[in-house]
Amino acid sequence: MSPAHYVFLAVVLFAIGGVGVLIRRNAIVIFMCIELMLNACNLAFVAFARMNGNLDGQVVAFFVMVVAAAEVVVGLAILMAIYRARKSASVDDANLLKY
Amino acid sequence: MITHLLAAGGGGTNLDADFGEAAFWVLAVLAVGAALAMICVRQAVHCALLLAVVMLCLAVMYAMQAAPFLAFVQVIVYTGAVLMLFLFVMMLIGVSSADSLRETISGQRAWAAIGGVAFMVLLVVGTGHAAIGSAPATLSHQQSGNLTGLAKLIFTTYVYPFEITSALLITAALGAMVLAHRERTSPKPSQRDISRQKIASGQVAPEPPAGVYALHDAVDMPALLPDGSASTRSVPMAVSQRDLDLGRDPHQRIAEDLEASKRVQIEAGAGGGESE
Repeated sequence: MSPAHYVFLAVVLFAIGGVGVLIRRNAIVIFMCIELMLNACNLAFVAFARMNGNLDGQVVAFFVMVVAAAEVVVGLAILMAIYRARKSASVDDANLLKY
Repeated sequence: MITHLLAAGGGGTNLDADFGEAAFWVLAVLAVGAALAMICVRQAVHCALLLAVVMLCLAVMYAMQAAPFLAFVQVIVYTGAVLMLFLFVMMLIGVSSADSLRETISGQRAWAAIGGVAFMVLLVVGTGHAAIGSAPATLSHQQSGNLTGLAKLIFTTYVYPFEITSALLITAALGAMVLAHRERTSPKPSQRDISRQKIASGQVAPEPPAGVYALHDAVDMPALLPDGSASTRSVPMAVSQRDLDLGRDPHQRIAEDLEASKRVQIEAGAGGGESE
C-alpha cells in the first residue's frame, strides 16, 4: 500500500474525531475524541516517515505519544476536580470559571 | 508476523503486497467504523472500548509500515495506560453518566456534522493534490534496524526535545497530584463523633433491610402486611403487654389488635371444634 492511502485514512479519522469533539457533551468522551485525532496525526507521521525513507517522522510520532500521555493525565485530573465541584461531567454544566 | 516485521528492520516491510493491501482495507474499514460508532454511542464505557479497537488497528498499521517500535508503544502506552486511565476516571465519576441529548445551541449537532464532512472533503482534496510519492524499497540511513535507528535519532538529533519531554512529564505528574488533591476543611470525625451523631439523629440501628414492610425498626413496631395493615403476630406478646401497662397506647390501637387476635384465636378454636 502506498503511503497516500494511510494519509487519507488519517484524514478521515481526524475529521471523525473533530466531529466527535463538537457534538459530544460528556467531557470524558471529548477527551477520547481528542485522543483519536492525535492518533490520526501519528498515523500520518508514520506514513510520511515511510514515504521519505527516514525515521524522523517516527520520532515525531513518539513525541506526540508522550505529550498525549501527559495531556491525558492533566486533563483527567482537571475533569475530576470539576466533577468534585459540580457533580457532573457534562461540559454544559461547567459554564462558569469559578464554583 | 511480528517476528517477520521485526526481522525486516528499517528497510520497508517484507509483507506480501496483496496481503498488505487486504490487511489495510480490513483494518481501515474496522477503524473508521469503530471511530464512527465511538462518536455515536451514548455510553462512555462503550466509547472507550471502541477507541481501543481503533488504537489496536492503528498499532497493526504501524507494524505494517516499518514502525514496529511505535506499534508496541501504541499498544502499551495508548491501549494499555491511557485507556485504562480513562476507564479508572469513568469508574470514579460514575459509569452511568450517559450523554445528555439536550442541545444547548439549537442545531449544533447537524451543523457540526456538516462542518466535519466539509473539513474532511477539504483535507482529502488537499492531500490528493499533494502528490504523495510511493514508499522507497529500503529506508535510507538505517540498515541496522528500526530500534537502533530510532535510538540514534532520539539521542543525537532530538536529544533536547527528549530532555524537555522529561520536564513535561514531571510537570504533568505534579499537576495531576495538585489537581486531584483535596484539602480537608474540617477535622476527620472520630468514633465518638460518629456515635454521637447517630444518637442525635434518632436512628441508632441500621435501616431495615430491603423487603421488610416497615418504616421503623424497633421490636415493638409491627411489620406491615402487603396490603398495608399491621401484623400483630410480628410483635412479641410481652412487648405489647408492656406497652399497655406503661400507658403507651394513646389511640387504643394495641388493645384493638390484641382483642382482634384473641377473637381470631377463639374463632379458629371454635371452627376446629365443629369440624371435629
